[in-house]
Amino acid sequence: MTAADLPMPGLALVPRTDEKQSAKDFKTDQEVRWCPGCGDYAILAAVQGFLPELGLRKENIVFVSGIGCSSRFPYYMDTFGMHSIHGRAPAIATGLALTRPDLSVWVITGDGDALSIGGNHLIHALRRNVNLKILLFNNRIYGLTKGQYSPTSETGKVTKSTPLGSLDHSFNPVSLALGAEASFVARTMDSDRKHLTEVLRRAAAHEGTALVEIMQNCNIFNDGAWESLKDSETSDDRMIRLEDGQPVVFGKDASKAVVRGADGHIVVANTADVDDWEIIHYDSHADDPGLAFALSRLADVHSLDNTAVGVFRDVQRPAYDRMVREQVASVRANGEGDLQALLQGKDTWTVH
Amino acid sequence: MSSDAKAVVPLGHVVIRFAGDSGDGMQLTGDRFTSETAGLGNDLSTLPDFPAEIRAPAGTLPGVSAFQLHFADHDIMTPGDRPDVLVAMNPAALKANLKDLRAGSTLIVNTDEFTKRNIEKVDYAANPLDDGSLDSYDVHQIGLTSMTVEALAGFDITKKDAGRAKNMFALGLLCWLYSRSTEGTIDFLKAKFAKKPEILAANIAAFEAGWSFGETTESFSVRYEVKPAPMRAGLYRNITGNPALAYGLIAASQQSGLPLFLGSYPITPASDILHELSKHKNFGVVTFQAEDEIAGIGAALGAAYGGALAVTATSGPGIALKSETIGLAVSLELPLIVVDVQRGGPSTGLPTKTEQADLLQAMFGRNGEAPVPIVAPRSPGDCFDAALEAARIAVTYRTPVLLLSDGYLANGSEPWAVPDATTLPVIEPAFATEPNHDGEFWPYLRDPETLARPWAVPGTAGLEHRIGGLEKADGTGNISYDPDNHEHMVRLRQAKVDAIARSIGPLEVDDPSGEARVLVLGWGSTYGPIGAACRAVRAEGGQVAHAHLRHLNPFPANTAEVLRAYDRVIIPEMNLGQLALLIRGRFLVDAIGYNQVRGMPFTSEELATTITDVIESL
Ligand code: SF4
Repeated sequence: MTAADLPMPGLALVPRTDEKQSAKDFKTDQEVRWCPGCGDYAILAAVQGFLPELGLRKENIVFVSGIGCSSRFPYYMDTFGMHSIHGRAPAIATGLALTRPDLSVWVITGDGDALSIGGNHLIHALRRNVNLKILLFNNRIYGLTKGQYSPTSETGKVTKSTPLGSLDHSFNPVSLALGAEASFVARTMDSDRKHLTEVLRRAAAHEGTALVEIMQNCNIFNDGAWESLKDSETSDDRMIRLEDGQPVVFGKDASKAVVRGADGHIVVANTADVDDWEIIHYDSHADDPGLAFALSRLADVHSLDNTAVGVFRDVQRPAYDRMVREQVASVRANGEGDLQALLQGKDTWTVH
Repeated sequence: MSSDAKAVVPLGHVVIRFAGDSGDGMQLTGDRFTSETAGLGNDLSTLPDFPAEIRAPAGTLPGVSAFQLHFADHDIMTPGDRPDVLVAMNPAALKANLKDLRAGSTLIVNTDEFTKRNIEKVDYAANPLDDGSLDSYDVHQIGLTSMTVEALAGFDITKKDAGRAKNMFALGLLCWLYSRSTEGTIDFLKAKFAKKPEILAANIAAFEAGWSFGETTESFSVRYEVKPAPMRAGLYRNITGNPALAYGLIAASQQSGLPLFLGSYPITPASDILHELSKHKNFGVVTFQAEDEIAGIGAALGAAYGGALAVTATSGPGIALKSETIGLAVSLELPLIVVDVQRGGPSTGLPTKTEQADLLQAMFGRNGEAPVPIVAPRSPGDCFDAALEAARIAVTYRTPVLLLSDGYLANGSEPWAVPDATTLPVIEPAFATEPNHDGEFWPYLRDPETLARPWAVPGTAGLEHRIGGLEKADGTGNISYDPDNHEHMVRLRQAKVDAIARSIGPLEVDDPSGEARVLVLGWGSTYGPIGAACRAVRAEGGQVAHAHLRHLNPFPANTAEVLRAYDRVIIPEMNLGQLALLIRGRFLVDAIGYNQVRGMPFTSEELATTITDVIESL
């Protein structure tokens, strides 16, 4: 049985513990310093609550973060952790994961950290497929620097740096990740503990880079950014919950469905107006990321209408770090290096 | 006429420069001649000089590629100021290099390339071969291309391919002229063209034709011989700086038991370190070609955090990009080797040329007080020892270390006494394995002697801790914004780097007479030119002392004492006075700068004049 056949291929080489763990075991003595009401608290609680079920040795878990509110996260996790510099966490975590297959490596980042200053590292981590789990807290604002628009802010956003409204077109993190050849991409919500936990579980099991966008509320600088998806009155009508093997329907009484339009694009239709066979069935394991991409594009940047959540993509592709180890191992299998022979080289002469 | 008929004239030393178009194979020719020379036991020193463009337009000045080799029957220190023999494969090569030739020197030109078009391309008003402008040289006009084509007439290859072997013809001729053996080159060609038997046979034939031409032509009435140089007994090889540096890193990995990890982004002239290390996976080396310079050092820092011997290798522009991460490594206090193979700057500058102008960047190029130890090799072979030393400091003191090589060391070569691997120093990683403070683990509790903090790698039970770029409390490592703590930590980080001075040897002075009143202080690749200049001064009866810094931060403990022992201190550098600024600032010594930034190692001739002037002014 290879690692990939195990139920959790992404953690196959990480030592386990028999000791029972609880969320408390993952809490540090550091006072948590996010603003009261910040969505980060819920994410922290969800991560601390979910890690015990993995049964990993705590010392073999590492959280690496960049800069921003979310990036304080490692200080609150009683594991190994590094709070690094702006945007660079995926690069640092890549070096760690490449050299230490016995670690479960998590990157904590935000929309500014991952998509602006660190965009290059993010896309390259995704394309390489290093065994990392990247949690991207998307609050669509710069919180730590006190409220400038971010690369996920909707165009026209009035902030301290854009008093007349921002002019930038935004990124959709899921679309970006899919375009960057990601093997695992998901989107979830800070306040939906159950959904968030389920997504984290699948991300942890995945071997390779997993990108999880977590829609997170910054109640100080961008309060209610995701409200229309959270409000029980409106969320059902707006949010598409992707479930493998299921038809993509949403809204009250599944009144809306995602179907292929006449021109081949996917569109939202009234379920009542279409035949069952016309409705798209979702499969996150599909080789072709085209449908996942199309689904990510349905979301309206302003109204958040038709925002899909869940696991968009979850495919097996050889993890970069594993291939690196295998390449080194195959060379070593033919003989270990001999330092004296290396220093000598082929052309020597002797002076008597 | 047989070769016996030609007299063999003994020579003490010779400087040969092969110059041609980028496509003429001059680097290969130079390398081969160097190998034959090394095999004969001469001391030698080489200087490749090639353009940044891969193939600049043929026949133009920017396309000229040259390789200079100095070999001798005695110990030499530089690739030579001026060639005794210039091989010019075309008018551009002649024009670009003639100014370095002394009157009376030997000039071998490939007449076939002196066409009207090629002559005009480099703005010669008339053909220099017949306008008398070369009368003061010993000119040998040879149709290298046509003779090669003629020699290869029987081969089933195109005329163009035949012409391409002209560098082998030239090499054969030079090997005859300087009594080099031919077996090595023939073996080399056999390996290189193993899969192309026709090309192999043609190259060997061209090489041998060049040799025979020397024997039979009237153009050369004598051949020369340079006897082996007396060297310390032992096993030698020829080595270039970048591979030597890579070997030093592998040796450090072996001597510390730490797996070697290189995170790097391709950049001239450092890429060969990446290339070299990627060949040695049998030592467990992992090389990672990152998406950019920042990711290269980021990945290295991540690997260091995980317990690897982590390295990033770049040149000046890459250091600029890596500065923030170096600062993080200073704050995290993790071992990290940052190699800067300096090139001409600023900005993209002169990618293939050498310079020493990154010293202050290495010293100060970060925000905040972020001291980083600096180690500089002095010669190609010394890159090996300098890499080992950088690793020792990084691991022992848990700090990033800047290893300042340069383009000349990277590509230049010299004979190297092969080290005995069993006698190399051992580097002790001393990972933290247990709580260190009342059952707790404090990541910033220091070793009282080295002031180094514990290196506790993930996977060590009970030592879970968090580190970061925010200021941390002494001992616990918790985030701290306390003013007194910050002052304390800034001074502690500085004191830790200063403490390294206790682990390094004293600055040694080379002053044979012991009566010098002038000291020449250098660092890095100027070692050869300074050493040669000092010898020249002494040969004329002058008294001069030479000291060369391997450690630029911290300086050896006796530096002040050495400086004060002399009436004058001259600091030659390939920059506008960066070490001089540090020495003046630190020791209040009124050092005299000798500065050149021509992208080339400076010549010892001019430096010797300067030294003599200073001596005479006393
Ligand atoms: S500024 Fe916003 S994101 Fe940052 S801690 Fe406060 S609420 Fe959370």
